[in-house]
Amino acid sequence: MGSLFRSEEMTLCQLFLQSEAAYACVSELGELGLVQFRDLNPDVNAFQRKFVNEVRRCDEMERKLRYLEKEIKKDGIPMLDTGESPEAPQPREMIDLEATFEKLENELREVNQNAEALKRNFLELTELKHILRKTQIFFDEAEHGGVVSQMADPNREEEQVTLLGEEGLRAGGQALKLGFVAGVILRERIPAFERMLWRACRGNVFLRQAEIETPLEDPSTGDQVFKSVFIIFFQGDQLKTRVKKICEGFRATLYPCPEAPADRREMAMGVMTRIEDLNTVLGQTQDHRHRVLVAAAKNIKNWFVKVRKIKAIYHTLNLFNLDVTQKCLIAECWVPVLDIETIQLALRRGTERSGSSVPPILNRMETFEDPPTYNRTNKFTKGFQALIDAYGVASYREMNPAPYTIITFPFLFAVMFGDTGHGMIMALFGGWMVLKEKPLAAKKSDNEIWNIFFGGRYIVFLMGLFSMYTGFIYNDFFSKSLNIFGTYWKVNYNWTTVSSLPSLQLDPNGTDYLQRPYPIGMDPVWQLSENKIVFLNSYKMKISIIFGVIHMIFGVVVGLWNHMYFKKRINVICDFIPQMIFLLFLFFYMVLLMFIKWIKYAPTNEEINGPYCAPSVLITFINMVLFKANVAPSEVCDPWMFSGQLGVQRALLILAVLCIPWMLFAKPFLLMRNMKSKMHQQLNNHGTENGDVEGGAGAVQQNAGTVQGGHKEEEQHDIGEIFVHQSIHTIEYVLGSVSHTASYLRLWALSLAHAQLSEVLWNMVMRNGLRYENWYGGVILWVVFALWAVLTVGILVLMEGLSAFLHTLRLHWVEFQSKFYMGAGYTFQPFSFEIILDSAQATVED
Amino acid sequence: MGASVVAVLVFTILWGVVGIVLPFFVPKGPNRGILQLILILTAFTCWSFWLCCYMAQMNPFFGPKLERKTILMMAREWGNPIAP
Repeated sequence: MGSLFRSEEMTLCQLFLQSEAAYACVSELGELGLVQFRDLNPDVNAFQRKFVNEVRRCDEMERKLRYLEKEIKKDGIPMLDTGESPEAPQPREMIDLEATFEKLENELREVNQNAEALKRNFLELTELKHILRKTQIFFDEAEHGGVVSQMADPNREEEQVTLLGEEGLRAGGQALKLGFVAGVILRERIPAFERMLWRACRGNVFLRQAEIETPLEDPSTGDQVFKSVFIIFFQGDQLKTRVKKICEGFRATLYPCPEAPADRREMAMGVMTRIEDLNTVLGQTQDHRHRVLVAAAKNIKNWFVKVRKIKAIYHTLNLFNLDVTQKCLIAECWVPVLDIETIQLALRRGTERSGSSVPPILNRMETFEDPPTYNRTNKFTKGFQALIDAYGVASYREMNPAPYTIITFPFLFAVMFGDTGHGMIMALFGGWMVLKEKPLAAKKSDNEIWNIFFGGRYIVFLMGLFSMYTGFIYNDFFSKSLNIFGTYWKVNYNWTTVSSLPSLQLDPNGTDYLQRPYPIGMDPVWQLSENKIVFLNSYKMKISIIFGVIHMIFGVVVGLWNHMYFKKRINVICDFIPQMIFLLFLFFYMVLLMFIKWIKYAPTNEEINGPYCAPSVLITFINMVLFKANVAPSEVCDPWMFSGQLGVQRALLILAVLCIPWMLFAKPFLLMRNMKSKMHQQLNNHGTENGDVEGGAGAVQQNAGTVQGGHKEEEQHDIGEIFVHQSIHTIEYVLGSVSHTASYLRLWALSLAHAQLSEVLWNMVMRNGLRYENWYGGVILWVVFALWAVLTVGILVLMEGLSAFLHTLRLHWVEFQSKFYMGAGYTFQPFSFEIILDSAQATVED
Repeated sequence: MGASVVAVLVFTILWGVVGIVLPFFVPKGPNRGILQLILILTAFTCWSFWLCCYMAQMNPFFGPKLERKTILMMAREWGNPIAP
């Protein structure tokens, strides 16, 4: 069944659809989402395809719907989203839909136009209202101040007369016939406007302005703008035209303003009543618009789904070929073999729905093309598959690393992140997301970071659980140890010894140690000791290498399953066996040495098997590779862990090194021999046939011979390619095994860093909170704990977690997958309404 | 060799049940293979992780170096108190 170990078996199918049933059938297939159609007319321009008209109509409908949606959003009306997906409507329903949308759009546009006109009118009237009000103030001032000053200052008039003579007198006389214009202008334009007036009229105009306090709505854009009322006094017609031109240039609107106060009052009254009338009309228009939109909002999501489905169907139909008789459409598609039954059922449903009598035909086709890779995932495995696909999509039917990653990923992460406390925080977070899966998924957040976390909720949860386990084994709980089983180390000193020395080292060879380890995990005594790093480093480095080597061996074994599945015996012989020997004889041997050292050397043994004589695993390994003998630290010691070790090591090394030429040359050589023998056979055949003078068969063979000649060059080319490929592969593997083994030391490095960082955080922060007594000690502890908690979550869980995650990802992508994974496939992209609708939704929201 | 038979047996059996016995009882269905694999891998990784930690402590080459205060505290809290 659809297991995740390999991608689904796919087959290329040819599909004959009766033209009248095609639409319904494709619609059913879209609901199913298990078929990937191929473009059968890639040369045909998008505008010349058969159903281009329908696609265009759908585009038009979608545009109208988007317009409606925009208007609905503008008014803040909630759109009803039931989440259900209605079936694609029949093609004939398209006309109804079109008509509905057309009507709605036109109605809305008309209402909007009316509203805009009304608003413009309203704006004008309000501006006029303001002008009348403000100018009233100017005139009042003028009556009290200006006129009085003019009257009370006859001397100045006299001065003017004397200075300007006749002309001045004439000008003075005209000054009594002042003209004025009043209008409204954008507030930010005032300074420029004033300057312009001053310059253009040489200071012969008088401008008064007052700000309108409330912002006015611009009817075309709907923005709120601030405006000012101005009034300009001038004399003479020439100035009048000039002033009017400047006003025009500055987009100021001028309004008639009667000179007589009585007229102004009357006009103000008129304006007020008109504004009131307009308000009622505007209100009614808005109500109407609102009613239309509310009605549309109920259906809009539904309509969107329908239109998008129709469009997707016609897009798909455009990929099809038309039969010569024009009676049926031909499609080619990739289909999972297991789902052929369901697909046929769907096709039958489609035919019945369309009322066609001829059933569609689904034919399997033979092809040399690589089928797409289709991994059937569920919500749990999806996240892990995504991790693998981010590196490269598996080749068709190749072993999929995702199932193994489900456990190895959280485990290797946990080796680096091992802390029960931090793991608990992570597991709780992941568990919460898993538990509240449905409501959280329904929310559809736009926050990218949240979506990443939520998509990987099962990974986070498992990483948390495994970190709790490894933390328990490391005996780290927020950098403190738990003493659950009681330490297996004892203090047997008396007071005099303890008081005389600042520190003491317990002796493992005696009563200080119970001679058997703490049952689960690290003894808590190490957390308290000064030399804990020395002890933990030796342990953590060893486990990094042990798990690294096991992980890599596993990768090579997965490669074997691939070779066996694809029936490539040559790969088993020329790749798998030497690779395995190389890895086992060098690196797994080192792992064995570690276990031997753990078991054989003990402080309770006599000197030769005691701590002093224990040879270093690393030095032994380096000596082995350099073909050198171990040197014992002193006379009493044996430099070897077991008798005959030197001979065994040399044999292992020689065999491992012999694997290199084996990997390098065996495969190209075997391939070349195969080809030669094939060619020989053909040449021999050719000879005998040539002996025959009889016609038909000989002629055919001759043809084959010439064809063969053409191929020859190609084959030589192939051989060269195989050589290059194989040497790259070999070098990569040999160098890779060394560097990858070392690369697994990151497990130790990160786990050390994590443990140290959390210890430092405790000592620098949390300890200060535990130092004080009394009531204020509680307050301090409260503050310090808050700080410690924030730093723990922020740095130790989030940042360290991210770093450990990336390192784990690398260990999987590079160290593990390089042993077997090709990753040269392409994903199966089925024609599915669900996917199309989701992506359409996503683009709209962006 | 300082190993406690009980501890090794208990832990090996515990993870052995998870990794060897439980996979037989996974319900049939499309996800049976994956679930079996998960159980086996979990048991193997967890058991070997514990084993490595256990074996690394079996024959410690040196003991923990403790400060005077720590020693006194250990002696008081974890048994075997030292009388001044």
